[in-house]
Amino acid sequence: MYLRNIEDSLATWPPLARLAANITRRDFLKFTTIAGSGLTLGVVIPAVAKSTGLTVLGIEGTPGDYSTPFVRIDTDNTVTVICKHVEAGQGVWTGLPAVVAEELDASWSQMRAESSPAQVPTYGNFAFGPKGNVQGTGGSTSMANSWDQLRHAGAYARAMVVQAAANRWKVPASEITVSDGVVSHSSGKKATFGELAAAAGKLPLPKDVKLKDPSQFKLIGSEKRLQRLDSHSKSTGTQTFAIDVMLPDMMTAVVLRPPRFGAKVQSIDSAAAKAVPGVVDVVQIPRGVAVVARDTWSAKKGREALKVTWDESNAEKRSTEALFKEYRQMSGGPDAVKVEKKGDADAALKTAAKVLDFEFEFPYLAHAPMEPLTAAAKLSPGKCEIWAGCQFQTIDQANAAQAAGLKPEQVTINTLAAGGTFGRRANAESDYIVEAVSIAKATGGNYPVKLIWTREDDITGGRYRPATYHHVTAGLSQDGKLVAVKQDVVNQSIMAGTPFAGMMKEGVDPTSVEGGTTEQYEVENAHVTWTQAKVGVPILWWRSVGHTHTAFVKEVVADELAAAAGKDPVAYRLSLMEKHPRSAAVLKLAAEKAGWDKPFPTGKAANGSFRGRGVAVHESFGTVVAHVVEVTVTDGSVKVDRVVTAVDCGIAVTPDVVRAQMQSCIGYGLSAALYGKISLTDGRVDQTNFHQYRVLRINEMPRSIEIHIVPSTNPPSGVGEPGTPPIGPAVANAVRAATGIKLRKLPFDLAAAKATKT
Amino acid sequence: MAIKLTVNNQPQELDVDPDMPLLWALRDHLKLTGTKFGCGMALCGACTVHIEGQATRSCVTPISAVAGKNVTTIEGLSGDAGKAVQTAWVSLDVPQCGYCQSGQIMSASALLAGNAKPTDADIDAAMAGNICRCATYVRIRAAIHQAADSLPASQAKS
Repeated sequence: MYLRNIEDSLATWPPLARLAANITRRDFLKFTTIAGSGLTLGVVIPAVAKSTGLTVLGIEGTPGDYSTPFVRIDTDNTVTVICKHVEAGQGVWTGLPAVVAEELDASWSQMRAESSPAQVPTYGNFAFGPKGNVQGTGGSTSMANSWDQLRHAGAYARAMVVQAAANRWKVPASEITVSDGVVSHSSGKKATFGELAAAAGKLPLPKDVKLKDPSQFKLIGSEKRLQRLDSHSKSTGTQTFAIDVMLPDMMTAVVLRPPRFGAKVQSIDSAAAKAVPGVVDVVQIPRGVAVVARDTWSAKKGREALKVTWDESNAEKRSTEALFKEYRQMSGGPDAVKVEKKGDADAALKTAAKVLDFEFEFPYLAHAPMEPLTAAAKLSPGKCEIWAGCQFQTIDQANAAQAAGLKPEQVTINTLAAGGTFGRRANAESDYIVEAVSIAKATGGNYPVKLIWTREDDITGGRYRPATYHHVTAGLSQDGKLVAVKQDVVNQSIMAGTPFAGMMKEGVDPTSVEGGTTEQYEVENAHVTWTQAKVGVPILWWRSVGHTHTAFVKEVVADELAAAAGKDPVAYRLSLMEKHPRSAAVLKLAAEKAGWDKPFPTGKAANGSFRGRGVAVHESFGTVVAHVVEVTVTDGSVKVDRVVTAVDCGIAVTPDVVRAQMQSCIGYGLSAALYGKISLTDGRVDQTNFHQYRVLRINEMPRSIEIHIVPSTNPPSGVGEPGTPPIGPAVANAVRAATGIKLRKLPFDLAAAKATKT
Repeated sequence: MAIKLTVNNQPQELDVDPDMPLLWALRDHLKLTGTKFGCGMALCGACTVHIEGQATRSCVTPISAVAGKNVTTIEGLSGDAGKAVQTAWVSLDVPQCGYCQSGQIMSASALLAGNAKPTDADIDAAMAGNICRCATYVRIRAAIHQAADSLPASQAKS
């Protein structure tokens, strides 16, 4: 997994090393109580994160006066879970509180969620490495990372509330029961958590607590849906996103960035911009020129009036068409490095009865979250405060500190709900946050600054899913058995040249090829290579990262191999998955629920449309997802009518959130398969807004989506990403079944694919 | 010269550039941040408000064009259809990141106010202008049907 063990590579990175040096490693499961009006459970770390008391519209009050807690029970009988992961829609503000509520035997109605401050190792992501010295959300790790900690936090809180009741009622703690947030004794005495919180907060921490056996779970895994804790605020316009932050005297800024990646400011004529009413300043920052104004409209008008000439001598000027031509030439060439090698693929291909050859092209993709990148920054002497939908809190903290000329501990991070991210807000440079801090600094720290990216900034601003080329050669024996696979992958490296470079092994960036080896389908002879392309287009992880292309290749190839072998696509896959019973079980469940064994009216229908059914299965980030899809192709356009999904994510903590994420992954993946494309002409991005960067709309969403969750007692893995990789290939396979058209380039262009000999 | 309008039943006077889109006047000057910026070109629907009851993209509507008019934002949404939509949204846990949902709800409540029992085709037509990158579309559709079912057919009003 791409973010596993990032901490060691980050430790050598100056800003973060400085941060880490200031923190003493503590036992992250050593709980303590913290003085307060109620019961607060945290870990033993001395630092305190306090609010400055500034008003943020939509947030009532300020974060409490507490020290690094996980759970807080207040005397008003609310139980607040302090979430170290950003809520970006994936449901952590519901899933993480559910874990605490379960062990605490709380009532769901008393649960609350809030974002933690940026602090490691207290709030470090232990899925990123055992030291927990990076706080961040990614790799679908939030639940896996918090599961054990929050179960313990809930269990400790329960034990202490019970002890407080035992002391008050002078009965043995063993005679006390807790159910639905009410503490009871057989004598008829009852109390709420809120009534006991103050007394519980004064008790010593129990030496040990016993976690529930999963068979005792009442809330976790329950099909009786736990209402999302953010549904109300997000249905009434009261949820505060970074773009909604309003601070006294705050100014709004937009940035003019170079039209080609890598260009630098040569000269600035800001006279006309400064003449726009409402514009208060125009300042150069490392990434462009910022126009600062009293409101967003004035800032935008000022930017339109701004004249900047750019030094494009080092800018990227190639077109994507030329890049793919280069990628094809580089593929498997002298710069190719080994990803996987077993047996002798070349020899096996020479003697194979049938050899199939495939070339695939995947475009750059923008994440395009609905809330464009936004961050507010306030500088004061020796202090910087940030409000943003931070996905990499301590990396953002370190980068903001460097931009502000401060130490990381002088930077306060307020993580707000993110209006989507899909990976975009997690980048090693913290680009948008650093921009906000740079503007605040360039304007003398005279006022807080809110930076807003317009949609055009977002679509043209880079950090895309890397454009990628795959070349696959596969050989079958006479009886249709897969005997050899060769695969060459070419794309830019997300990690090379960044603080994540330390995660590369033997010259291979795992995020470029993850999911592209032969781990799912057994084959004796395999040779997989990767060639790093050097292009000046900034790239980044995009919901499910390397799996976005490797799963497509693997599953389309598998389907065509099955066809070449004269086998059923599900049966053929299962024949190659004997060593992967978990994946096989997911595939079987999806096929069974979809009625795969029943005839499907494949091909041309009476009305001239074509119908087809397709399947794909893929494991990513510890979760296996299979989709069976039914499509209708009319005049070259693809409509997905039905999706049947099976998912094994370990224990499904909140099953409805799992289903919501599968629906979301399907829609997000379909956007990419059907429409998603960022292209460049002479280095300039061709698309600017949603009319050119088309995304899925409600009329294009499959009407029928059935999601089946594999029952499991394994610890939970993630669901934010793993539904995405298999949807594109399932649809491509269905299109081929319907029309015979082989889709090798994304997004799908059936007319072009039909005209191309494959 | 100041522009007068009514927002959520409150009279307002704004002395801003007459070309300023209603979106930014609402957000930056009236501090009504429930209405969201998504594209600035009426392509995504995140900025949808009601002007005289009609769902309108506030990001391309100059403030001068709404002088003397009644504007309703998510903060002021009331009436049977609006409340039914919000209730259904919460009940079905429609939102994920939630950023587009104010616009979705404003479009959906305008739809129900004019069409008490929309078909799926009606929903497609009324809602296709509202993008959700979390793809909450399945639940949006279900919530609109649920809201419609909760309203007496003859009484739906925004």
